[in-house]
Amino acid sequence: MPITMLNGKDVHVNDEGFLTEFDDWDEGLAAVLAEQIGIDLTDAHWKVIRFLREDYRAQGETATTRRVHTVGGVPVKEQFALFPKKPGKKMSYIAGLPKPHGCV
Amino acid sequence: MTTTATAPIIPNFDDTETDRKIAIICSKGNLDMAYPGLILANAALGEGVETHLFFTFWGFDMIVKSRMHDLQFSPAGNTAMHLPGSDRHLPQALAPAMTGMATKMLKKQIADLGVPEVPDFLDQVVAAGGHLWACRLSADMMHIEESGLRDDVEGIISAADFIEKTAGAQLLFI
Repeated sequence: MPITMLNGKDVHVNDEGFLTEFDDWDEGLAAVLAEQIGIDLTDAHWKVIRFLREDYRAQGETATTRRVHTVGGVPVKEQFALFPKKPGKKMSYIAGLPKPHGCV
Repeated sequence: MTTTATAPIIPNFDDTETDRKIAIICSKGNLDMAYPGLILANAALGEGVETHLFFTFWGFDMIVKSRMHDLQFSPAGNTAMHLPGSDRHLPQALAPAMTGMATKMLKKQIADLGVPEVPDFLDQVVAAGGHLWACRLSADMMHIEESGLRDDVEGIISAADFIEKTAGAQLLFI
């Protein structure tokens, strides 16, 4: 697995660029990751990202868009507006988590 | 092997590739056969793919307000049906009497996995940008008008209209 320099520190990523170490991530890094895929983080984005981090810590897997809606309280429609076209992948990338594996 | 990349690796989310389209024809009204189309539609939308669903024949029940909450699952005629958690087949002679119980069990299994019921699932598909279309012939056969359908169905259209709307799409018949 490659190591890449982001926000002034070495982080572990997979071949696609998703972080592989939960603890490599911090909020400063999230802003850099978001910028790399053309997203400017607002409070609404942060609500999703913080939920994903907390939920991953508790569940051991990345929440799907469905779970972000039902448990995280951010409607699917809003997720698509915040993270256009591929919300599941984009929000997990910014949150420093693996892509969601769940089908729904 | 660990390597240090000099430039950051940025995932390619293919935002520019916008021409992929998927058309899903939902023709079954059994509870178990309602799900494949919904799951695939949801997955396609999550990948940024334009998605259209066309409800026809028994699949029409998925969007009929008075029926969509009450789709049934029957083990009758399904010779692949096993007893729950076992490799033993369910005797077909018993199957017809078991629709109620089988429906209840399937609904519970689906809910336990965090998968929504059919009407909720369609809400999610629409929220994700999916398009719902009703079949003209089915509406005429069943004497159902637009007012009897989910409000987010975009129209009752003919098969030819649907083919025209989904030009260039990958097509799935379920």
